[in-house]
Amino acid sequence: MRVIIIGAGQVGSSIAASLADAHEVIVVDTDRERVDSLTYSLDVLAIEGDGTSLSTLREADIETADLFIASTDNDETNIVACATATAVSDQFTIARVKQTNYLETWNHTGGAFGVDFMVCTNLLTAETVVRIIGLPAAQDVDVFADGRIFMAEFRVPNGSPVAGQTVASADNFVELTFAAILRDGSIIIPEGETVIEAEDDLVVIGSSESTHAFAGDLAPGHTGDRQDIVIVGGSQMGVQTARLLEDRGLRPRLIEHDHERARELAEELAGTTVMESDATDREFLDREHVGDADVVIAALDSDEKNLLASLLAERIGVDRTIAVVETTEYTGLFEAVGVGAAVNPRDATAEEIIRFTHDTDTEKVALIEHGHAEVLEIKVDPDSILEGRPISESMADLPAQVVVGAVTRNGSIITPRGDTVLETGDHVVLFAETAVIDTVARLV
Amino acid sequence: MNGNWLWDRDRLRVDWRASVGLVGTVVKYLSGAFLVPLAVALYYGEDVPTFVVSALLAIVVGVALERVDPDPDLGAREGFLMVALTWLVVALVGMMPYLIAGAVGTESALAQPENALFESMSGFTTTGATVMGEISFDRHSHALLLWRQLTQWLGGMGIIVLAVAILPELSVGGAQLMDAEAPGPGIQKLTPRIAETARVLWIAYLGFTLLEMALLYGLHLVGLAPNMGLYNAVAHPLTTMPTGGFSPEARSIEAFSGAVQWVIIPFMVAAGTNFALFWHCATGDPKRLLRDTEFQAFTGIIGVLTAVVAGHLFLGLGLQAIPADLSPFGGDIEGSIRHAAFQVVSIVTTTGYANMDFNTWSAPTKYILLFGMFVGGSAGSTGGAIKIVRWVVILKSLRRELFTTIHPEAVSPVRLGGRPLEERAIRGIYAFTLLYLVFFFVSVVLVVADAWRVGHFLSAFEAMSAVAATLGNVGPGFGQLGPMNSYLAFPATSKLFMVFLMWIGRLEILPVLVLLTPAYWRT
Repeated sequence: MRVIIIGAGQVGSSIAASLADAHEVIVVDTDRERVDSLTYSLDVLAIEGDGTSLSTLREADIETADLFIASTDNDETNIVACATATAVSDQFTIARVKQTNYLETWNHTGGAFGVDFMVCTNLLTAETVVRIIGLPAAQDVDVFADGRIFMAEFRVPNGSPVAGQTVASADNFVELTFAAILRDGSIIIPEGETVIEAEDDLVVIGSSESTHAFAGDLAPGHTGDRQDIVIVGGSQMGVQTARLLEDRGLRPRLIEHDHERARELAEELAGTTVMESDATDREFLDREHVGDADVVIAALDSDEKNLLASLLAERIGVDRTIAVVETTEYTGLFEAVGVGAAVNPRDATAEEIIRFTHDTDTEKVALIEHGHAEVLEIKVDPDSILEGRPISESMADLPAQVVVGAVTRNGSIITPRGDTVLETGDHVVLFAETAVIDTVARLV
Repeated sequence: MNGNWLWDRDRLRVDWRASVGLVGTVVKYLSGAFLVPLAVALYYGEDVPTFVVSALLAIVVGVALERVDPDPDLGAREGFLMVALTWLVVALVGMMPYLIAGAVGTESALAQPENALFESMSGFTTTGATVMGEISFDRHSHALLLWRQLTQWLGGMGIIVLAVAILPELSVGGAQLMDAEAPGPGIQKLTPRIAETARVLWIAYLGFTLLEMALLYGLHLVGLAPNMGLYNAVAHPLTTMPTGGFSPEARSIEAFSGAVQWVIIPFMVAAGTNFALFWHCATGDPKRLLRDTEFQAFTGIIGVLTAVVAGHLFLGLGLQAIPADLSPFGGDIEGSIRHAAFQVVSIVTTTGYANMDFNTWSAPTKYILLFGMFVGGSAGSTGGAIKIVRWVVILKSLRRELFTTIHPEAVSPVRLGGRPLEERAIRGIYAFTLLYLVFFFVSVVLVVADAWRVGHFLSAFEAMSAVAATLGNVGPGFGQLGPMNSYLAFPATSKLFMVFLMWIGRLEILPVLVLLTPAYWRT
């Protein structure tokens, strides 16, 4: 497959990196230095030029491309690039946008702007944040099989009843699989005897009920639908999160320091209490009892401010903090210093785009540890090595770093055991390390 | 101050000649309205010269005023002056038939200029307060009583709105002119062209009027309304739709059957509703009427007040003395609800019809009606007083004040039907309401003092009702100025003062008051 990617920023390069092994990738960017560095760091063709100009696209051989991804930081550039590409050729186009109004237009018109698939960064990030809020102690949550199967990455809290237990004793749930433990940067595929330690990152795959019940075991006393949620910062991400929470019947509070922006947000968000104040004003935080909040979400305009706001919230007694982190490299750092969960908009975007580049049987992808591992959803077809065999048998043919997390058949969940025989049409949710992902994708 | 500054174009920032010129044009066209009573006069063979003279006089005044500035160029400031002057001049021209008929033929109280002006201003502003004394066809001609009804119909949807709909020279400044005249804060443009919007409003208004005429005459034809003949069936819709309240019958709507009263109630409600909503209904969004916050509040207030008053009447608590010619309500469900609903709707929408003398009601029910006089119709309706939308905004912003007292950093816009309101608009609403109440209290004192000056006894309740009824364009008050009585007993000075109240009440105070500031006339 020939893939053209417009924009070699963090999203563009991480997509390029994940596609470069299996496909022919051409990256277009206006920045000379980025083009140069990409030429040497990845096995891709990097072209300097404007992705919206026809001559640049011709230079990239647009007519022969199968997939066109516009992933610059500018919404309008991405849309115009897709429209231009569609005008001259008939490849599949993907546009990355930030603003939800473009996504709304695209949804309502059934594919406007010559865009075949639109990924909205702000909405994806907000959705991730809201899912994490729904699961105590979770750092990342993704859903598969039309929402029936949850993949959750938990940070085991200090003093959690689960810390110190073996996997066998902790797993009291039929519809739950412990897919991996991430400890000190390495990935452990857990056996029954593996001991779970505090501060481990635990990846589990299973039904919604089991995942939520396990979250209750992990961090007792933190569940409940009526959560008091405070959003710090009126960025687009903050607004989107507030809106999604409003849709769920919650009444979040949002703190924004800019006078004009606060008024704008208050007009836009009818179900949110907007406060105009500096989120680091201790007197204000005390008066409004922000310390009693269940969750504080930091969605300010810079990573540093988000870190500060999250740590301050932790200090005044907030149960959980979630920070939006723009710089991919910082996410681990944030979680290391005590931020409950760090959400990276670019990761979310890259995930969403990469799932289109896998074979058609792969329906959904989640990136774990920013690309060290992936969780895939695969529809079993007759060519798959999984088809018609017990799982234990087919696992022997797959690399060791693969775990079958959950299976749905005809819309209901079946728990994968060693002797479960998979059939055509089953949806399988797999955990695999990125190093072996292409092998896995090919075999299954 | 130098006495010549008014004439000095360099120092005066308002081109008053342009305003006067346009007033002339409006009056010239308005002379056409005299043709309707003239036709009636010819049919009945009474008062023909009165209306011929009045029509000619209107043309002469119109043309003369038009000569002041043959090519008027209307700016924003001239607009205020033009609107205020139009209503004053129209009332002056409209008093001519009363004056002539009173002086020449019947020797009625209308021969006095202050009475004729009062009646005329009360007509055009859709107030419905009367100084006619004895209202009957024995004393006044059919034509004169129809002219009285017609003045209310013309004033209801607005003379300026009508002028904008018809006169092409008003198309540019039309929105601002209509804004100065139309009830409620701001106007809604329904169509890209303001003249088209004005036409839409007038067509809806005309449509409702014709429908009511057809229904009332239909009731007469099927025998449910014996005395609702063609004359009455035409005359009453002319004062229902503008929420006016004049009736050629001395005992107002009490003279007609229960069926007639039931038919009039929904038309009064429609007249008190924002006409823009009917346009949305007609153009395919009928749910918008029910979703509208103001309409919900409007129907809610009517419902609650009706229930309270009906309960009073039903239990027999609501009457001080039972009038001889009416059966008592005690235990009469239909009668209690009908009288309560009719009277509450009539007062809240500022129509001022009466289907019985509510002076005979007990004090609590009368105070409920006095409270209703301050509510008023909806914005964009033909109703007067403070308007429901303003009360809704005030209540919401007060609730916001309570919330921000506890949470000082909270930013919480006041929303109306989901849409946030600008703070400037809220401030305007507070200013108007406060001004209205200040005018009310000061005027009560002045009216009481003026009555005391001539040795006329006036209770505080009567004085309050007189001011509330004229400033709010309601019409009848309580006591000696109740629905079956008149304002005739007031001294001439009080009557002229009330003419002023009706005038500023109809234009919602600010467009008139702004003319009294020096800043308006100079830089």
